[in-house]
Amino acid sequence: MAETIAKKPEAKEREPLFGPKEKKLLTDPLNDNNPITVQVLGICSALAVTTLVYPSVIMSIAVVFVTAFSSLFTSLLRKSIPKQVRMIVQLVIIATLVTIVEQVLKALNFEVYKQLSVFIGLIITNCIVMGRLEAFSMANRPWRSFLDGIGNGLGYGAILIIVAVLRELFGKGSLFAGSPLAIQIIGPSSDYILDTSAISWLGWYQNNNLMVLSGAAMFIIGVLIWVHRTWNPKLVDVS
Amino acid sequence: MELVNIFIKSAFIENLVLTYFLGMCSYLAVSKTVKTAFGLGLAVIFVLGITMPINWLITNLLLSETGLLGMDLTFLRLILFIAVIASMVQLVEMVIEKFSPALYNSLGIFLPLITVNCAILGGSLFMVSKEYNLSESVAFGLGGGFGWFLAIIAIAAIREKLKYSNVPAPLRGLGIAFIITGLMGLAFLSLLGIDPAAF
Repeated sequence: MAETIAKKPEAKEREPLFGPKEKKLLTDPLNDNNPITVQVLGICSALAVTTLVYPSVIMSIAVVFVTAFSSLFTSLLRKSIPKQVRMIVQLVIIATLVTIVEQVLKALNFEVYKQLSVFIGLIITNCIVMGRLEAFSMANRPWRSFLDGIGNGLGYGAILIIVAVLRELFGKGSLFAGSPLAIQIIGPSSDYILDTSAISWLGWYQNNNLMVLSGAAMFIIGVLIWVHRTWNPKLVDVS
Repeated sequence: MELVNIFIKSAFIENLVLTYFLGMCSYLAVSKTVKTAFGLGLAVIFVLGITMPINWLITNLLLSETGLLGMDLTFLRLILFIAVIASMVQLVEMVIEKFSPALYNSLGIFLPLITVNCAILGGSLFMVSKEYNLSESVAFGLGGGFGWFLAIIAIAAIREKLKYSNVPAPLRGLGIAFIITGLMGLAFLSLLGIDPAAF
């Protein structure tokens, strides 16, 4: 990546590889420009996996990988892509990366692959990927596009994991069920944790089945947007 | 009867937006007025109904081991599906433009948007994982499209009325749209008890 920056002829002095501007690219999507609560991109599909934390973490990693590398490759190719067919080129890049993710996950962790089912494939049409390619990578240098991709993937993953933690904790009383780290935190042990002797506090807690339904994810996101905008008033929708 | 069953199930019980969050982006972006929501909804039904059987043929004739090529090529599925969807949307757009300019003008801008609507790709992937046959996949496509159409019309109508209500400022726009969608999801759950055999 360093060579591509150095090669740029009009840059008078070599820009730092990781200066304040680059840091902003990474942190901006976590707050001021969050893909889900602010840009409203990429809500499609991925939220359906947030009933459990473990698949959500894997989904987030997959999204970060796809956003980062699709941004990098599109940015590398940006001068040779004809404008009329750029959508198709972008789609092919994204689809290839998603296929790689799908095959790797299938080989490494078949259980989670089955749980995520079609949603891994749906990263292709996740608007956040395409949105960043159109808005950022087509006009910026590879290294910065790569960082922007990682930042947006992380901003997206953060929301995904917050929603999943709330849904799993109150819906099933556990965290990380299905993974080696599985723990039962509150309430009676759920079906996902076979070890019934698992430590559990607040045994009287009855699992709230509403949290497992898809509606709960919508409520949680609605409330997250509310909290986020109260805390950061410049984001309030004026229309 | 089996087909009616699949249609009703995919339209109401396993609604693409309300249960699987598919097509949320355009669902939220284009639901400000009923008129535009209606156009987009129709286009989605149309494209889902067309791409579903084509993708079924691709999966079963080209990619499966028992197909024409005799090789297991399922890893190419995602790329082929998205290519089919992109080209079908383009084709549908050209055909509509030629034969029905009135419809084209009302759908115009929404058609290209549909390529990246997750509901279309999601529908095809669900069709594969549920192992439907050709006619079942058509019913599934039309049902899924119809469910999406109903959901977007409903939210557009609610959001039109919502303009006159006093929503807390930070919740305005997006936040309230999410909460309404959640409530609609709960309302659709009450349709779980539908017995398709009664139709």
